[in-house]
Amino acid sequence: MKIVVAMSGGVDSSVAAALLAEQGHDVIGVSMQLYDQSEGQASFGTCCTIDDLYDARRVAAAIGIPHYIVNFENRFTEQVVGNFISEYAAGRTPIPCSHCNSDLKFSTLLERALGFGADALATGHYARIDAGPDGAFVLRRGLDMAKDQTYFLFSLTQDQLARAAFPVGHLDKAAVRRHAERLELRVASKPDSQEICFVPDGDYAKFIETAAPELKRPGPLVNQDGEVVGRHEGVHRYTIGQRKGLGLSSREPLYVLEIRSPAAEVVVGPRSALERTALTASSVNWVAGTAPEGWKSVAAQIRHKHAAAAARVRALDEACAELEFEEAQSAITPGQAVVFYDGDVCLGGGWID
Amino acid sequence: MARIYLDHNATTPVAPEVAASMDRAVRELWGNASSVHHFGQQAKAAVDNARSHVAALLGAEASEIVFTASGTESDNFAIRGAAEALEPTGRRHLIAPSIEHEAVLRTLAALAKRGWRVTLLPVDPSGIVSPEVLERAITDDTALVSVMHANNEIGTVQPLAALAQIAKAHGALVHTDAVQSAGKIPIDVKALGVDLLSISAHKFYGPKGVGAMWLRKGVRLMPFMTGGRQERNRRAGTENVPGIVGLGVAAQRASATLEEDAVRIGALRDRLEAGVLAGVTGAERNGAATPRVPNTTNISFQRIESESLLIGLDLDGIAVSSGSACSSGTLEPSHVLKAMGLPHMRTLSSIRFSLGTGTTEAEVDRVIAVLPRLVEKLRSLATVGGRR
Repeated sequence: MKIVVAMSGGVDSSVAAALLAEQGHDVIGVSMQLYDQSEGQASFGTCCTIDDLYDARRVAAAIGIPHYIVNFENRFTEQVVGNFISEYAAGRTPIPCSHCNSDLKFSTLLERALGFGADALATGHYARIDAGPDGAFVLRRGLDMAKDQTYFLFSLTQDQLARAAFPVGHLDKAAVRRHAERLELRVASKPDSQEICFVPDGDYAKFIETAAPELKRPGPLVNQDGEVVGRHEGVHRYTIGQRKGLGLSSREPLYVLEIRSPAAEVVVGPRSALERTALTASSVNWVAGTAPEGWKSVAAQIRHKHAAAAARVRALDEACAELEFEEAQSAITPGQAVVFYDGDVCLGGGWID
Repeated sequence: MARIYLDHNATTPVAPEVAASMDRAVRELWGNASSVHHFGQQAKAAVDNARSHVAALLGAEASEIVFTASGTESDNFAIRGAAEALEPTGRRHLIAPSIEHEAVLRTLAALAKRGWRVTLLPVDPSGIVSPEVLERAITDDTALVSVMHANNEIGTVQPLAALAQIAKAHGALVHTDAVQSAGKIPIDVKALGVDLLSISAHKFYGPKGVGAMWLRKGVRLMPFMTGGRQERNRRAGTENVPGIVGLGVAAQRASATLEEDAVRIGALRDRLEAGVLAGVTGAERNGAATPRVPNTTNISFQRIESESLLIGLDLDGIAVSSGSACSSGTLEPSHVLKAMGLPHMRTLSSIRFSLGTGTTEAEVDRVIAVLPRLVEKLRSLATVGGRR
């Protein structure tokens, strides 16, 4: 099979490429350049920096496959970074990695791959694809639950899954590193990337203020009764459930409960007030291609590091769904994804309203 | 996979006789060409011999040739050297067409930061600078007019003699970046009427890392490299004897075969161009058909990003480039096509095919056969991935 591998320069995608090559596939390495590196400056982050492109190129050379860099700078800025900023401006807490996967890797890059005559696009994600009994593709969590990345892949469609491959999804991280060592890949001991790639220091507020200074709009911190209890320097600095950085002293700890972006109001209150049992979601994708009839029992995950909790979900229309947890969950955050599972099968998900 | 190389404007394979001469020079001519003794004399003789061959290629005197490390260095030397040499005369104005190579454009930009006035001339839609445009831009404080002989991306040849005449009338020096014309079309520095000319060995089957500049006798430049007294105090640094020997053999080779090659390669280029334009819908040639160096054609493919086509062709064993190799990997559309006033999409969809002495008719025909289906495939996939 002819397969394009999206190579970030990290250990997972490097091993993915090496394993496919070892299995005898016709492998083509492609790295995405996501911002201007012509002056040698890393204006953004640690993932896909010029060093990472160099690592990807060296790995490709070592395993003897062709390697190309494709320039997606405009698309990345418009679709991923632009969405990241507008979501924070709207008082929501976005997940750029999901958008990068669905709007860049498994759309534009996949198109390129098919144009190069490839049958599939492989990435280093910890996820698995199986053919279900009815011939439909099933998306499963990576075998290494600690590394599972299906939370970021819930929007993949049957068409995309038909052309996707996750060669390290059936391995745990330690096994991936052992493969890297066995194959003598230079990235064998490279640390995992942690933060959002274009905000390497994790200071989202500073990044947003630099990219969109007009969002630095001060406003009041109010309690649940609407009384002003303090001031803040912009809603983009807050996320639901946040406790640190409020600058308030009170008898019991206060948390961000709600962000009212148009009025630039941030509502704070006690931890108990963070608990919710229901949510609605938009832009919902059902991996199988069709929504279930009526209520469906699932395990629902509302953050990358959230332990999926028992819930029931039903589709409201083509794009929306409502979900009720059996037990109240803390800090259900607009802008994050809610992803539905049945065991280790990812059924789909959507964006929390 | 039998690979087809159609990127000779980026670089050329080293000719076997060049490689052989360099191999010998590396092993036997290791003396320092500035030394008085036997070993130095051996090296010096080889450098002198190379200088004669380069001079012969350009219709120049051997004493007018200065060896450098690249075409870029020659451009820098000519422009910075002329600007600084003429600074005391009050001439602080520099002119060049906007389609020059970055070696010229960025050097001018660096001088602009230091106080020189720089005028970039527009070109017409075929990529030519008209003498009238230069006439309007030039002043009596113009120090230097730098005009490339042939363009690296589209191959068009500028009316250099006419432009040089205008510059001379205003007392300005004239430099030409002849990196893409040397070895492809005849060059006679006297007929061109220029003062300074830059060439690079690896563009005509010589090695990388060596270039040359021709300075008309009597023209004085500020030395670009200072140090030892090599190259008559014009370019310090111990001579790169193997490189210079390779350049000399490449120049000798070019002088002998240039006319014959131009006819043969020109016919292949015309066959390729006609075949591609006829075989691929929505394909358009960029730049004038003539005057043009015989090996180059630049073609835009509607609704295609050149990056994809370039990779697709490489995976099919066909090596070409988009724009110039130096700027690949950057997002900028070709500054040359932009300056010609081509629509934005067309500047992002162009591919340069540059042929060479090894190109065969069978290779050209394979490219003509492969392109239509590759282009159609890329066009058909514009909507595959996901929902948006």
